[in-house]
Amino acid sequence: MAQFLQLTFSGIAIGCVYALVALGFVLIYKATETVNFAQGDLMMLGGFFAYTATTLIGLPYWVGIILALIAMALFGMLTERIVLRPVLGQAQFTVVMVTIGVGYVARGVVTMMPGWGTDTFKIVTPFAEQVVHIGGAALALDQLMIIVDTAVLCLILFLFFRYSRIGIAMQATSQNQLAAYYMGIPVRRINTLIWGLSAAVAAFAGILLAPITFVHANMGFIGLKAFPAAVVGGFGSIPGAIVGGLIIGLVESFAGFYLPEGFKDIAAYIVVLLVLMFKPSGLFGEKLRKKV
Amino acid sequence: MRFLFKTDYDQDIRLFKDGVQMFWYALLGIVLLALPAVLPEYLMGQMVFILIYAIIGLGLMLLIGFTGQISLGHAAFLAVGAYTEAIMQAKGMPFVVSIVLSAVFAGAAGLIVGLPALRLKGIYLAIATMAFGFIAEEVITRWEHVTGGNSGKQLKQIDFFGIIIDNDTKFYYLALGLVVIILLGMINLMRSPTGRAFVAIRDSEISAQSMGIHLAKYKTIAFTFSAALTGVAGALYGHKLQFISPEQFNLLVSIEMTTLVFIGGLGSFHGAIFGAAFIIALPQLIVFAKDVLPPAIGQQTGLQPTVFGLILIGFLIFEPLGIYGRWVKIRTYFSLFPFYRRGMFKRQKSYMKSDRLK
Repeated sequence: MAQFLQLTFSGIAIGCVYALVALGFVLIYKATETVNFAQGDLMMLGGFFAYTATTLIGLPYWVGIILALIAMALFGMLTERIVLRPVLGQAQFTVVMVTIGVGYVARGVVTMMPGWGTDTFKIVTPFAEQVVHIGGAALALDQLMIIVDTAVLCLILFLFFRYSRIGIAMQATSQNQLAAYYMGIPVRRINTLIWGLSAAVAAFAGILLAPITFVHANMGFIGLKAFPAAVVGGFGSIPGAIVGGLIIGLVESFAGFYLPEGFKDIAAYIVVLLVLMFKPSGLFGEKLRKKV
Repeated sequence: MRFLFKTDYDQDIRLFKDGVQMFWYALLGIVLLALPAVLPEYLMGQMVFILIYAIIGLGLMLLIGFTGQISLGHAAFLAVGAYTEAIMQAKGMPFVVSIVLSAVFAGAAGLIVGLPALRLKGIYLAIATMAFGFIAEEVITRWEHVTGGNSGKQLKQIDFFGIIIDNDTKFYYLALGLVVIILLGMINLMRSPTGRAFVAIRDSEISAQSMGIHLAKYKTIAFTFSAALTGVAGALYGHKLQFISPEQFNLLVSIEMTTLVFIGGLGSFHGAIFGAAFIIALPQLIVFAKDVLPPAIGQQTGLQPTVFGLILIGFLIFEPLGIYGRWVKIRTYFSLFPFYRRGMFKRQKSYMKSDRLK
């Protein structure tokens, strides 16, 4: 039982990280119909920014994190403005290839930055190496914080989309760009803001993940597991991304323990293939057909 | 500027438009045949890689450039081809049989992936093929008594009807022959009703369907052909490296193969070849650049992905038709000289089109 609890717990913790990265995909996809393959690399950059702020500069943990989030939001907006705006309206996969290019550049530049390089770094958190005992299972406080932080972030995002003017404008943009434009919403500026928001969410995921996997240039490849999460939830559904992330995290956690070696790494992909085969629009996806 | 007056319907489907074009291609053929006499052995090795990647490029061009379906898992088909070749050669099959079997097995794998993938579009297809690529890599790693697992598999030199392909010059001629055969086959395919159906599906699935094209059937054909060609390339790739192991067929290889098609130029045979030359030449050029650049930049391991990413982004923003598009513009500039205008190939202003309702 303790074993089961332990697995569930660590599955949910890692699932939260997948969920946050998937959330980033979904935000951008809903608004601009771009699937951002660089989301994992944005997460990696967020980790490096936080590392720089907390360890290299030596700011307190929470101040450093907030600075890193702001920096990443600006970085995301800049990326949208410089690289993605010019290809707006091109075929969907052209834009995807651009984000793949952004990912390459991000991974390359990180290894060339002085102080970053190809090494693995550790962000020291205030709650490192503390353990909580619940029902006989030992739960690391780092992992517990991932779950709590994700829940808080989801609540903030929910309130933001529900009540703030910008959040409502973002929702309108993602539902129908043309109609939103006619209503006087500055669609392009909203798109830029969404990239900023998405990059900040990705950075948050990176910061949460840092105590578990450490910060390194190839950290972003974990973001590839967020694709299955986003697809399982139905690309384009925000609650779906969260649920999808948790499902993938749990499946991976249990597959690693109960199934033969090797299944842990591909469990997420087997799940996504099954979902695509039997329910291509995902669990929460909307099914739309074009009328001619 | 030459004007071609068409007086016969056959002119539309001729291999060469006119004598001038035939002359240039004949010249190119002679240059390619004479190349081993000029280039050193090392560069011949790189030429072999370009030819192998050209086969991959042609296979992917068929899928991405002509049928408009995306794949991020083609390294898996490359792996199927390479491992089939390694196993068949170990069993003593002649090369001509084993390379056909490589194509057949890779094609069969493509069929298996293609069938469920038919219901998927755009990004879902990309993710499904990516998932397949991951699973295939893991299967190859774990299926040790067949694939040798992480310790990999050795390949012997090719025995082509008694001729042992033991140096890069011989390999070059073999690969060149295969590329020419595949290229002619593809040109023929693309001017047949099947090829026209592919292009129709790429341009609009709904209008293709209305014209009576069976979407599922043609998408499966495209997927199978593309996988089979990649399988052929995989067999050659295995022989060229003489050693294959699972990590040579990971996601980054798949992504590199897909970018090849985008950088070369979507929807053209030239693009596949140009893209292959680019992918092989870039690391070499960066090695050259390392000697020139100050060591602070030149010695960085991150230089290659950075340059690769920047070039990819640059092409997608400024030259969506890739190297081939640039080539066409330069050619037009000279053939129209001095009447070329800057806006001649300017894209129409495009608006955001939703793919969600397709």
